[in-house]
Amino acid sequence: MTKIGIAVFPGSNCDRDVHHVLNNVLGVQADFLWHTKDRISGYDAMIIPGGFAFGDRLRAGIIAAHSPIVQEVKRLAKDGAPVLGICNGFQILVESGLLPGALMMNDSLRFVCRWTKVRVKNNKTPFTHQFGPKQSFDIPVAHGEGRYMADPLMLKELKRKNQIVLQYDNDDPNGSTDLVAAICNENGNVMGMMPHPERASEELLSSGRGNSAITIFRSLVSYLRQQAIV
Amino acid sequence: MGVLTKQELDYLEENLRRGANETEQDIVGAEWSEHCSYKSSKKYLRLLPTKGKRVVVGPGYDAGVIDIGDGYVLTVHIESHNHPSAVEPFGGAATGVGGVIRDIMSMGTRPIAVLDALRFAPINGKGKSSAKSKWLFKNVVKGIADYGNCIGIPTVGGEVEFDSSFEDYCLVDVASVGLGRRQDVVANGADAGDVLVLAGGSTGRDGIHGASFASKALEAENRSAVQIPDPFLEKLLLEATMEAVVLGCIKSIKDLGGGGLSCCLSETSDSLGLGFEVDLAKVHARESGMTPAELMISESQERMLYVTDNRGLPTLQSVLEKYRIPYSIIGRVKEHQDLLVKESDRIIAQMPSQLVAHAPLLDWPARKPAYLANPSQFRTPRLPADLGKALLALLSNPTIASKRWIYQQYDHEVGVRTVAKPGSADAALLRLDRDDKLLAVKLDGNSKHCYLDPYQGTLGCLSEGRRNVICTGAEPVGVVDHLQFASPEDPEIFWTFRQAIDAIIDYCRFMEVPVVGGKVSFYNETSKGPIKPSPVIGTLGLIDSMHYLQKSGLSEHETIFLVGATLPELGGSEYYEYIHKIAGGTVPVVDMQVDKRNGNAVLKAIRNGIVSCAHDCSKGGLGVALSEMAILGEAGFNVDLSMIPNSCSRMDDLLFSESNSRYLVGTKEPEKLRTTLSSERVTFAEIGKSGGNMINLKTGNKPVVRISLPSAKRQFYSLEKVMC
Repeated sequence: MTKIGIAVFPGSNCDRDVHHVLNNVLGVQADFLWHTKDRISGYDAMIIPGGFAFGDRLRAGIIAAHSPIVQEVKRLAKDGAPVLGICNGFQILVESGLLPGALMMNDSLRFVCRWTKVRVKNNKTPFTHQFGPKQSFDIPVAHGEGRYMADPLMLKELKRKNQIVLQYDNDDPNGSTDLVAAICNENGNVMGMMPHPERASEELLSSGRGNSAITIFRSLVSYLRQQAIV
Repeated sequence: MGVLTKQELDYLEENLRRGANETEQDIVGAEWSEHCSYKSSKKYLRLLPTKGKRVVVGPGYDAGVIDIGDGYVLTVHIESHNHPSAVEPFGGAATGVGGVIRDIMSMGTRPIAVLDALRFAPINGKGKSSAKSKWLFKNVVKGIADYGNCIGIPTVGGEVEFDSSFEDYCLVDVASVGLGRRQDVVANGADAGDVLVLAGGSTGRDGIHGASFASKALEAENRSAVQIPDPFLEKLLLEATMEAVVLGCIKSIKDLGGGGLSCCLSETSDSLGLGFEVDLAKVHARESGMTPAELMISESQERMLYVTDNRGLPTLQSVLEKYRIPYSIIGRVKEHQDLLVKESDRIIAQMPSQLVAHAPLLDWPARKPAYLANPSQFRTPRLPADLGKALLALLSNPTIASKRWIYQQYDHEVGVRTVAKPGSADAALLRLDRDDKLLAVKLDGNSKHCYLDPYQGTLGCLSEGRRNVICTGAEPVGVVDHLQFASPEDPEIFWTFRQAIDAIIDYCRFMEVPVVGGKVSFYNETSKGPIKPSPVIGTLGLIDSMHYLQKSGLSEHETIFLVGATLPELGGSEYYEYIHKIAGGTVPVVDMQVDKRNGNAVLKAIRNGIVSCAHDCSKGGLGVALSEMAILGEAGFNVDLSMIPNSCSRMDDLLFSESNSRYLVGTKEPEKLRTTLSSERVTFAEIGKSGGNMINLKTGNKPVVRISLPSAKRQFYSLEKVMC
């Protein structure tokens, strides 16, 4: 049985939403794991959901990056388990060193909550393998600090190693370097994304813009099931 | 600082049979402030119809509770934070959100939505006044965004009105809706010997005399009366409270708001019918050396009072410790009926809770205002040469223009319930426990109408709320009211308040929709003068069918119907006030019979699945409502104005009158809609068709307004430019 852990920090607020999509929409077992947990076993993948972990004190994601559970997430990631960070989860992955670059204040200097369009740049990851090449789909963002920053050298490396997974498609909400919406580590098993796939996984909530974003979770689940067979 | 009047002091002494010491006077002063005691309004609030088949708990507790079936309840509450926001807009608005969320938590339910109704002076002038009001607006929105976004409760809807009576001031109303299982609603009981736990933020010197500050006209900026927000701590309190509720270790909950510990302790003790003994030395304070009075009346934010017993205490403690929430055990429930406040062994105050919790009520004289008794003659405006230009100007009027600049700063989707996003439909739509059960909710106000006719104006707000939820396919099930006026001591102001109350009583009785919660805020005035009467109505509707509407925008090839008649009722209209700078004239009247019939007919048509979009006609009239439908749906239209049922003699009256009870409906099945509307015996007409890229209004073959959709869009989405 596939089992996915959802890391919960004080101030996480999309944990229940991700849990809803995995459990109720996809029928996959997902459990909440409190941030003080220093031993994770029996979970095939970890998701770090959005929100304001530790109230964004000091800097978004920095305190959470030093919590016991993130040390475990690092261990699992090293062992090849898929790790997905969404929004604040992306910020935490960057702060913990699992992903390169930085997330800065949006270029508008305001929080932005709206739907946008992204295009799949790398459909070979555990989170995107069910997308077609260069497929584009609609998905909402909701963040104040979502502008992905990488210097030219780092960007060149990211491109060379195919680490840019999603790019905003002619609709840039925050001023990210090279329109980056999601990146992965060199291995491809750790991905951080600013948009919220859990909010675009059901037709009912998508105002007619489709629920293709659920393919992120579907890809993950099918990847885990294939792993289990192998 | 003595806040009690001579009469109140006499009353207090008479009942205590002794003089009250200074701390006692401060405690009573906070609780007897207008803000906490409703002493000027209670007599009239008792007249509101609050009973209904779905109402579990009506007004009076922290939030009203509505049964929605399947074992679930909704809770709803509305509050304002006007004085604090006018002084420190960011903190004032943010703590307003915090306060209303705690009211929802206090019932044991999880807040699932926040809405805001905001009022400011105009922002699009060149002078100092508009710069100030822009600053207030910008920071109020940021305050609400920061708080709601951080805590993870979506801000899903609201309304904004600009009017010069709010100069140097603002009205910031925040409503919240909660959802929970009926069995988890905290029943609020206690027994002698139970434990009082104060949890959350430490008590500091912020918000001292906040309730009293809000109970007087705003004359000087009193910054110490404004509280400091901490949404992260509130989020921890929310999760801890929800966990404790499920674990069943809480017997009563009460949040700390206006009046701080004084109000919280006296009201809880009074409602339980049991005494409280508390030791102020136990209160975790932010700074040392606070006097007992300061500890009792501080309005430091993010604090909750839990009543638990010896058995539940360890569980509650472990939950609070899990979330690292500071708390103190400040006292116990007693057999006696007093509020007994000690500092270690020293008795600081001892008064019957019942006495403290119930201020002697007031009734002020009421007199019809001179400006209404002898209305000055007003000049009917000259018919503009170009009505298209007037329409474009109205679309860019900040009261009417798209509020995208606001709602894109609010996380309106967290919680995965938001079915209709802000700006897309007449009301916010939220998924409840199942995919086929939805909540529609909207806030409405109209200070301009209420100024010229407080009775009809308030009826209009109620009617608009009803129309808004019906346009999504929802049946109205309850309303909350927030009544905001200047000083009740002014007979002319008090008269307007009583007119508003009468309107709510009449409308809610007629529609058989109960008032499930409310709030009164008086003394909304500055040295510049009183605000216009500003009741804000929140309407809740339920959808329990497969047919509902997520959008009010047109699509191509729809036939457009108008339900309801258009009368020359331009008083307080955006057209008169914004375009012609005229304040005067006849305010739109609500014929409740017609209002009910029109609403029911449209609801029936939506539920029969023969309507593709619906939008109500309100601010800006027919011209604006049709343009909004075109802009939102990105489809133009051809409408023949000669088809419209009306009694207007002028084209501008027809286009911009804000007559009530009107609905614009788009359909792909005109035959069926015609049959349904005819059988419901409502006034209606087929007025045109959607399609193309033009907003095209004509009479017969004569063009009246012809503007391109892109130019209308530019005006409608102009708030971003004003605010940058």
